[in-house]
Amino acid sequence: MNVVVCVKQIPDPAAPGALDPSTNTLDRSGKLILDDSDAYGVEMGLQLAAGDGDEVILVSMAPNGETSGLRTALAMGAARAILVSDDALGGSDALGTAKVLAAAIKRAEPDLVLTATESTDGYTGTIPAQVAEFLGLPSITFAKKIAIDGGAVKVERQTEAGFDEVECPLPAVVSVTAGVVEPRYPSFKGIMAAKSKPVDVLSASDLGVGTDQVGATGARQEITDVSKVEERGGGEIVVDEGDGADRVLAFLQELKVI
Amino acid sequence: MSLDTIWVLAEVGESGPSTLSLELLTEARKIGSSVAAVTWGPNTAEHAVALGEYGAAKVYDVGDVGETLPGVPVAAAIAALVEGGDKPDALLIPASYDGRDVAGRLSVRLDRPVLTNVVGLSDDGGSSQHMLFGGTTAVTARFTGEGPFIYVVRAKSFAAEPGGGATPEVVSAPAPDAGASGATKVTARHVEERSGPKLDEASVIVSGGRGLGSAEKYEMIEELANLLHGAAGASRAIVDAGWVPYARQVGQTGKTVKPNLYIACGISGATQHLVGMKGSKHIVAINKDQDAPIFSVADLGIVGDVHKVVPALIEKLKGS
Repeated sequence: MNVVVCVKQIPDPAAPGALDPSTNTLDRSGKLILDDSDAYGVEMGLQLAAGDGDEVILVSMAPNGETSGLRTALAMGAARAILVSDDALGGSDALGTAKVLAAAIKRAEPDLVLTATESTDGYTGTIPAQVAEFLGLPSITFAKKIAIDGGAVKVERQTEAGFDEVECPLPAVVSVTAGVVEPRYPSFKGIMAAKSKPVDVLSASDLGVGTDQVGATGARQEITDVSKVEERGGGEIVVDEGDGADRVLAFLQELKVI
Repeated sequence: MSLDTIWVLAEVGESGPSTLSLELLTEARKIGSSVAAVTWGPNTAEHAVALGEYGAAKVYDVGDVGETLPGVPVAAAIAALVEGGDKPDALLIPASYDGRDVAGRLSVRLDRPVLTNVVGLSDDGGSSQHMLFGGTTAVTARFTGEGPFIYVVRAKSFAAEPGGGATPEVVSAPAPDAGASGATKVTARHVEERSGPKLDEASVIVSGGRGLGSAEKYEMIEELANLLHGAAGASRAIVDAGWVPYARQVGQTGKTVKPNLYIACGISGATQHLVGMKGSKHIVAINKDQDAPIFSVADLGIVGDVHKVVPALIEKLKGS
């Protein structure tokens, strides 16, 4: 079984985020790392594609031929990666990104495509359904449990009320929540092996995607204003010296919560 | 271009339209002149009155989609209407599990981009407001191409207020066959029992984070929430760790909440969490690290051990 896992390489979320002042899009020019949200899909893929001849293939789109996040996922155990990197893709929106990812995914001829529910930086959350629609495949989003049963995928899907059991025939697209599995840490051996694993770097035109459909032009949306939000601040911070609970209690009384 | 005709994707359950759907109808009524709801399900007609009351003059009823996940058939039905010439200037879609599926599928079918995580809309032709970087930066965005404009809107961005509208006309809008992409099947539905108010409707929320140390300690968060007639929430860290279900998660990838009082216990306050709760009216934070970002949004911050402060608080509340 071939499992494609879509992974995003993002600026380190621990560092303060920034917008590129000339384009008002996310500044992604610095070092990029594997989005934490995608480690769950990689782990799930590795567990589902653990048989002989099974393969986990990563698909990613990133500027400047960035591979550091991909190497992390390859070190976890993925076999190879397809990276789409092209200056023409800068400023792409979710629809343009999904179009590119779908074209790249097709090359891997997957039985199953896994994604996160949304990225940590852009968090639009529409890519899984968009990729599935471009591929003409069924999709089950917000999976908290996944099993393969013959030619079908069976999923426990998060809902407002609890969860649903949902199934569909393969090939299919499934987006996974963070609770789906516990991602492994790459071993030293894995890290060494990842250095020589193949990464195919493709451009938009290699995939037959017209550059007018992607990038800032294809996005057909723009940010017109950026402003700092006023900090809340002004709170009272006290060190607990045995009176912490009393302080909270007094505040609750003041608010008439009790 | 002004947004005259606005359609709202309305999710209707057994008890009626979701609160978020009603929030969107209320806002659509304010900025548009002609408002319709698009809905699906076995008994939609029963709930048309409620949709009308909040602003829908017309209801497009996709009908019963059976055991298929609604994303594909509902998007296909809307696309069929648009391709048939009946189209809105804007479509407001709830940022919910099914809403996001519909938005994604529809954007590809119509070849239209989507603006997501909308927290405000303007009547100046469709500018939308969004929060970035944990709510520290506000941006205004707009579409530059042709409509319909598709917006996915976060909960609690608008208040739901009935407008006293009449019972709307219900128009049948069945989904065309979607082929392979519609081949999903729900085989069982599980409702997780919960006591007390729902997370996004509670006026008091007590949330726990990694500082609790272990899954068992989450019980004291639930106990405190019960004592205050509130709901128990959680940070992403402990949801990821499997201590509590995803439905409890407050934050960017979880629920947006705006209770009267939010009590954060053992939560450091990553931007991921702050964006989901900083709109709370009052915030109390209990954390042992005095440099924790959660204190920057707290009205009252207790620098201390949650394992001491929270049990003491519970004892005092029980005694009072």
